[in-house]
Amino acid sequence: MIKDITLGQYFPGKSFVHKLDPRMKIILLTFFIVFIFAARNFVSLGIMAAAVFAVICISGVSPKMYFKSIKAIIFIVLFTACLNLFYGTGDPLWQWRFLKITQSGINTAIFIAVRIIALVLISAVLTYTTSPTDLTDGIERLLKPLSVFHIQVHEIAMMMTIALRFIPTLLEETDKIMSAQKARGADFESGNFITRLKALIPILVPLFVSAFRRAFDLAMAMESRCYHGGEGRTRMRVLKYSKKDYLALGASCLIFAGVIICSIYLPATVRTGM
Amino acid sequence: MSLLELKNLSFTYGVNTAFEKKAVNDVSLNIEKGEFIGIIGHTGSGKSTLIQMLNGLIRPTEGQVLLDGRDIWEKPKQIRKVRFRVGMVFQYPEYQLFEETVEKDIAYGPKNMGLDSDEIKKRVEDAARFTALKPELLKKSPFELSGGEKRRAAIAGVIAMDPEILILDEPTAGLDPKGRDVLLTQIAAYHKTKGNTVLLVSHSMEDISRIADKILVMDHGNKYAFDTVRNIFSKGEDIEKIGLQIPQITKIMIGLAKSGYKVSTDVYSVEQAVMEIMKLRKDSRVPAAAAKKEGKR
Ligand SMILES: Nc1ncnc2c1ncn2[C@@H]1O[C@H](COP(=O)(O)OP(=O)(O)OP(=O)(O)O)[C@@H](O)[C@H]1O
Ligand SMILES: [Mg+2]
Repeated sequence: MIKDITLGQYFPGKSFVHKLDPRMKIILLTFFIVFIFAARNFVSLGIMAAAVFAVICISGVSPKMYFKSIKAIIFIVLFTACLNLFYGTGDPLWQWRFLKITQSGINTAIFIAVRIIALVLISAVLTYTTSPTDLTDGIERLLKPLSVFHIQVHEIAMMMTIALRFIPTLLEETDKIMSAQKARGADFESGNFITRLKALIPILVPLFVSAFRRAFDLAMAMESRCYHGGEGRTRMRVLKYSKKDYLALGASCLIFAGVIICSIYLPATVRTGM
Repeated sequence: MSLLELKNLSFTYGVNTAFEKKAVNDVSLNIEKGEFIGIIGHTGSGKSTLIQMLNGLIRPTEGQVLLDGRDIWEKPKQIRKVRFRVGMVFQYPEYQLFEETVEKDIAYGPKNMGLDSDEIKKRVEDAARFTALKPELLKKSPFELSGGEKRRAAIAGVIAMDPEILILDEPTAGLDPKGRDVLLTQIAAYHKTKGNTVLLVSHSMEDISRIADKILVMDHGNKYAFDTVRNIFSKGEDIEKIGLQIPQITKIMIGLAKSGYKVSTDVYSVEQAVMEIMKLRKDSRVPAAAAKKEGKR
C-alpha cells in the first residue's frame, strides 16, 4: 500500500540522540555531511563511518529501519559504484575490450559506496529521531538571522510544518479514494499509457477537492485562533542547549579533528569528487 | 452452499514492520442469499477491514473468502469481476465523487462493467430512484449538492452496478436523525425490492436492529457473535460487557418481562413498545402494580 513508503519518518524515543536540541542536530548533521565529503582516504572515511555507526547504535531506532533507508537507494549506490569500477587508472587487473578494472577503480567504487551509504544513514538519524515540528522549529531558529534580508523565515517554517503534517494524511486519503474507485471497477493496471493516465482522473479530482477543503478548513481554524504570522509571537517551548548538546558537540569536534589530521598527513586514496 | 463463505479470515496490517497490527482474527461465517446482515462493533474492532476483504480490495493474510463456493482470489486477474458482484459503499463515500455531473458519476461503475449506453441509462435512473435523488439533480455537478444529497449520489453509484451483495460501511455517519431514518428506510426498501444480500456496518444498535435479520458482533478483530437479532439481544449483558449497548427501549421491555409483565421482548422502536404496553391495558391479568402505574399516566 502507498502508506508503506517511509517519508522522513519519525520514531519517538528517549535516547541520547532524541534528546539533543534540534538546532544542534541540524548543525552537526551539516558538519557530518561536509566531513564525509571531505574525507580523502580510507582512514578518514573509516573514522566518519565508525562515527555514523556509533550514532546509529545510540539512536535507539531499530536497525531494520536503517536497512530500509539503504534499500531505497541501493540501486543508485550500485550504479555509481559500477561506473567507478571501470574508471580507474593504472595497471588493469582484468580487461575485456575497452572495459578494464584496476586496483584504483576498485578502491574508488568501495569508497564512493561507503560515502553514499554513510550520508544516507546520518541523514536518516536526523529524521528518525526528530519530530517534524522540532525539525522545522530548529530550522526556523537557525535561519532567523536571514530575516535581516526580509526573508519571511517564520512563514517558510510554518509552510514546511504544514506540508509535513499533511503528507501522511494525503497518502491515506489517496489510499481510500483508490479503494473506493476500485470498488466501482476502476482499473489502474491495464491499457496503454493514455488509458492509464485517464484512469487517474477519478483519483486526482477527489484528492484535489479534499486537499483544498482541508486547506480552507485549516486556514479558517488558524485565523479563528488569531494566528497572524511570526511578528511578536512567543513560544510555549523555548529551545535551550543543555549539557548533552555540548557533550555531542565536543565529541563531534574530536572526530572532525581526527579526520582533518588524517586527511593532511595521509595520502589521498581517491580522486576528489564523486 | 452459502452465497458467501468466510473461512478462518485474518488480516494483519504492516506485516514485518514496527507497526504490525492484527485487525481481523480468524473469522469464519456463512452468509446466505437474501439475508440482511448488520455488523456492529466498537471503533477499531476490524469491521471495515473485514468487509474490504469480501470484495477483494485487500487480500486476507490468512484464510479464504468463497463466493458461490469459489475462492475469490483463485484468479487474481479476475478480481474486478468479484467487485462487480460484491458492491461496496465506503464510509463517507461522497469523497469519491469526481465527474462533471451526478449522472456521469453514477454511470462510472456500470461503464467500467462494459455495459451498453441504453443499459447504463436505465441503471442510472433506477439507482437514482432507489436513493430518492431528484431527477433535476442528475444534471448538476456533484460538488454543488448538499452533504446528504452527495451521500445518496455516491451510494447510487454503487447501486447502479446492481451488485448481488451490497456492503455499506456506516452509510448514515454524519447525517441528521431524519436523514438517517430516510436513508435506512431506502436501503431496507431496496433490499426488499431487489431481494439481494445486504451487509450494513453501523455503530447504532437501534438502526441495525430495525432492519437487519442477523447481527455480526465484532470485538477486537474477533467474531464475538453472529446470530439473529432476537438471540443477540437475549444475551444483552454479554453485549454490554464488550462496550456495546442494546437499544434502550429493548432493555426496558426485557426488564418489564423479567418483572412479570406479559410483553414481547422483540421490540426495537418506541412505536412498537407503545403498542405492546397498550396491549397490557386490555389484558385483564395485569398485575396490580402495573395497573396503578398505568392509571397515573
Ligand atoms: N491502513 C491501515 N494501516 C494500519 N493499520 C490499520 C489500517 N486501517 C486500520 N488499521 C487498524 O486496524 C484496526 C481495525 O481497523 P478498522 O478500520 O477495520 O476498524 P473499524 O471497526 O472499521 O473501526 P471504525 O468503527 O472506527 O470504523 C484498527 O486498530 C486500526 O488502527
Ligand atoms: Mg470503519
